[in-house]
This record gives sequence, C-alpha cells and structure tokens, in this order.
Amino acid sequence: MTSPHPILSILGVAIVALSIAAFLIWVERRLLALWQDRYGPNRVGPFGLLQVAADSIKIFMKEDWIPPFVDRPVFILAPAIVFVTVLMSFAVLPVAPGIIVSDLSVGLLFFLAMSSLGVYSVVLAGWSSNNKYALLGGLRAAAQMLSYEVFMGLSLMGVVLLAGTFSLPAIVEAQRTIWFVIPQFPGFVLFLIAGLAETRRIPFDLPEAESELVAGYHSEYSGMKFGMFFVGEYMGVSLISAMISVLFFGGWLGPVLPGVVWFFLKMFSFIAFFVLVRAALPRPRFDQLMSWGWKVMLPLALINLLATGAAVLAWR
Amino acid sequence: MLSILRTIWYVFLHSFQKRITVQYPEQKPYLAPRYRGRIILSRDPDGGERCVACNLCAVACPVGCIALQATEDKNGRRYPEFFRINFSRCIFCGYCEEACPTYAIQLTPDFEIGEFHRKNLVYEKEDLLINGPGKHPGYNFWQIAGVKIGGKDKGEAAHEAAPVDVHTLLP
Ligand code: SF4
Ligand code: SF4
Repeated sequence: MTSPHPILSILGVAIVALSIAAFLIWVERRLLALWQDRYGPNRVGPFGLLQVAADSIKIFMKEDWIPPFVDRPVFILAPAIVFVTVLMSFAVLPVAPGIIVSDLSVGLLFFLAMSSLGVYSVVLAGWSSNNKYALLGGLRAAAQMLSYEVFMGLSLMGVVLLAGTFSLPAIVEAQRTIWFVIPQFPGFVLFLIAGLAETRRIPFDLPEAESELVAGYHSEYSGMKFGMFFVGEYMGVSLISAMISVLFFGGWLGPVLPGVVWFFLKMFSFIAFFVLVRAALPRPRFDQLMSWGWKVMLPLALINLLATGAAVLAWR
Repeated sequence: MLSILRTIWYVFLHSFQKRITVQYPEQKPYLAPRYRGRIILSRDPDGGERCVACNLCAVACPVGCIALQATEDKNGRRYPEFFRINFSRCIFCGYCEEACPTYAIQLTPDFEIGEFHRKNLVYEKEDLLINGPGKHPGYNFWQIAGVKIGGKDKGEAAHEAAPVDVHTLLP
C-alpha cells in the first residue's frame, strides 16, 4: 500500500525529518543544559528557539573549504551518503496508518541495509581526508559500526519472529495486544545500545572522540559539508528513536490521542533518552567497546533469538 | 552495568534542581567592593585632584597602559596635564592602585566598558576623573604631606605643629 500522493508524502517526510533534525540541535543543547544545571541557548527568539535559524544561517554562510590534499570526489561524496541513506530509511517509517512513503514488505531489512550503507560515509570521509586523525576516526567507525551492526540485526529478529513479517506497519499492528518491549525486553536493550553505536553518539562516539582525534572523521570538513554530517547524525538519532518506538513500543498505537501524536511522543522521549545518556556517560576505551560488542552483546542477541524461536515454536 | 544505570538516574534527577546560571544582563551578579574593574581618578574631600603626577602608577603598570604628563599649577601643586589609560591593554591587576601614594587612582566594581572600536577604549583624564573621594572618603594628601605649596605653609597641615624656629634654641 502506498499513500495517495507519493511525491507529496516523500517531500513531507523529507521536510519533517530535516526540520526535526535541525530542531534537535536546539533540543539537545537545552536538555544537556538542564541536566548540567544551566539554561542553554535561551536568547534568540522565544526560549531560544530561533537559535536554530541563526545557526543555519551561520553554517550556510561559512566558507566551504576543501583542503588541497584531499581526494576531491570522494571527499565531496562522503557527506552526501550519510544524508541520503538516513533519508532513505525514513521512507519505510510508518508514522500513522497510511502515512508512509512506501510500505515495503521487507521494510525492516531495508532499514538495516541503509544503516549499514551509512558506514561508507564515515569511512570514506576519513579515508579521503588524507589526515591521520580522520583516518583513525574512519577506521574506528568501520570496526565499531560493523561489529554493532551484527547484533543490531539479530536483536530485531525476535520482533520479526513474533510479528511474522518484515513490514513495519504490520509489525506495529501486531502490537495491538501487547507492546513488543515486554516479550522482547533483551532485544529492546540490545537494539538501544546498537542504535547508540550506529548513530555514533556518546558513549559510542569513538570515531569523533574530540579529546583524542581532533574531530575524527570530519576533522577536515567545514561549512555545509560539516553541516551535513551534523544534521545526518541528528537525523540518525531521530530515525533510531522512531524505530525503537515502532518496533518495541507500538508506534502510533495508544489510547485517546491520535496516532501521529503518540508516534512523535514516543519518538521524542527516546530522543531525550539519547541526550540523557550523552549527559551522563563517558566514552569507553576502544578495546572495551569491541570486546563488549563481540563477547557480550552478540552472544546475548543469539540467546535471545534462540529463546524467542523456541517459545514461538512451542506456542504455535 | 548497574553503576551506568545509577549514573543515568542521578543525572536525570538534575532536571529538578535549581539552575545556577546568572541571567546576566537582566540579573546582575554581586561584585565585591574591592572588585578590580574600570579605573577612576578620585578627588580630595575639598574637590582638588588627588593625583600628583608622580608616575608611580605608570611605572608599576605591567603592560604600560598608563601615560601622563606632569605639570604644576600657580600654587606649585603638581597635577597631570593629561592622564590616559588604554583599557584595551589594561589587565586590571590593580598594581597602579597599590603604587599610588595619594589614593588617586582606584579600581571600581564596573566591568561593562565594552566598545565597538578599540580607540574608544582609550580613556582621557576627563573620562577618568570623578567628583568624589572614592574608597577613601576622609583622605586629603596635601593636608598630610609635609611639603609647602601655595596656600599651605609649613606647619599648617592637619595634625602638624608649627615649625620650631631653631634660632630660639640657641644658648
Ligand atoms: S590595573 Fe594594572 S594593567 Fe591596568 S592600569 Fe593599573 S597597573 Fe596597569
Ligand atoms: S595616579 Fe597616583 S601613582 Fe599615578 S601619577 Fe597620580 S599620584 Fe602618582
């Protein structure tokens, strides 16, 4: 099923996703400030809301400097990839019944594929910059995102087993009786952690790690190219939050309020949680990160998958 | 693992704590009376300039931002012909105030002296001079100094006895 005006809904989703990402810059700064007993940006416009406008004007006006030593085509392509892949994932995101760009029967797989492609952006950016810090950031990103990708997919298989489909609207509908967070709690926790790693957020921001690597893979970027990485990260955060609410918290399902409101409510609480984690946690060492991923998370995801499979077999 | 969750919870509890930011332009911070801010030149209780153009402040200043030229009035009182402080260089260390023998130069609790043009930060004597004694209300240098100037002969200062005529002590 596709919505009646494909072009309109594509535009709508793209615009909403972009404005949420821009708005998140403000939200994150205000929330971080709240948890650090400060105020954050509160001067430009009501509650500092126009800070977003000021920041975007600033970043558009900035010189877009491409250093002479970089690999030009790849350098220019890299920020576009992160943008495109995240926006593509929004295409399969069901906001409310009927409000979806394209209801693929393999929507979940498409989302996973797109988030894997996002790794390319970071790795290529690090490689093409011809800068040791950027390269180190890109290497870290490759290792980190590949290893967290593995159990990210596995943690979602429990949901697929319970719902019996890869289509996201159908998964939401399958949660009418009970949200999947209850039968699939380990899967939820695993996906949350993998999502944090996938969006390269603190505590998994080792590819950026500004205290060790200048700014990691985007050290050489400036102007709107840097802005694309920045906005891409925030779109990634909103995408993962939306996915958590769709897959584990029943998406648009909820009493009284209309579905869209429920969807955004759930999504924003997870965004706030992402910011809270950023405010609270330090960055682990890289070997800790890797051994945590392969020795703890992956076995847990497999056990969860086996247990869910056994339970589904026993009940049917 | 548990400590991670506890950390997150404690940070979350900060949502309900008072914010410590001082909302500056609307809400002024408290500045101690001895805060070292904008510099002024004060006057005697009787209204005369305190500065005797001794140049001690200019010498003490570590960045050399004080410039002045000494001159004398018809009573033989030294005073600065011009007195210039370049606030774009001043580091507000307060050494000038410490060096001054007459309490003329003083730092005040005011830091709002921002300007759009650097040359507007060069303050001349008429910008610096205030109409009062500043932090030392009763102090009058010429009433304490032993030197003789026009209008005040030897022995006429405060707490000073008239000089003894040494010839009367002769046997
Ligand atoms: S406060 Fe320090 S730097 Fe400023 S004029 Fe006085 S001595 Fe010079
Ligand atoms: S301000 Fe004080 S130290 Fe400076 S020249 Fe005048 S009397 Fe001397």
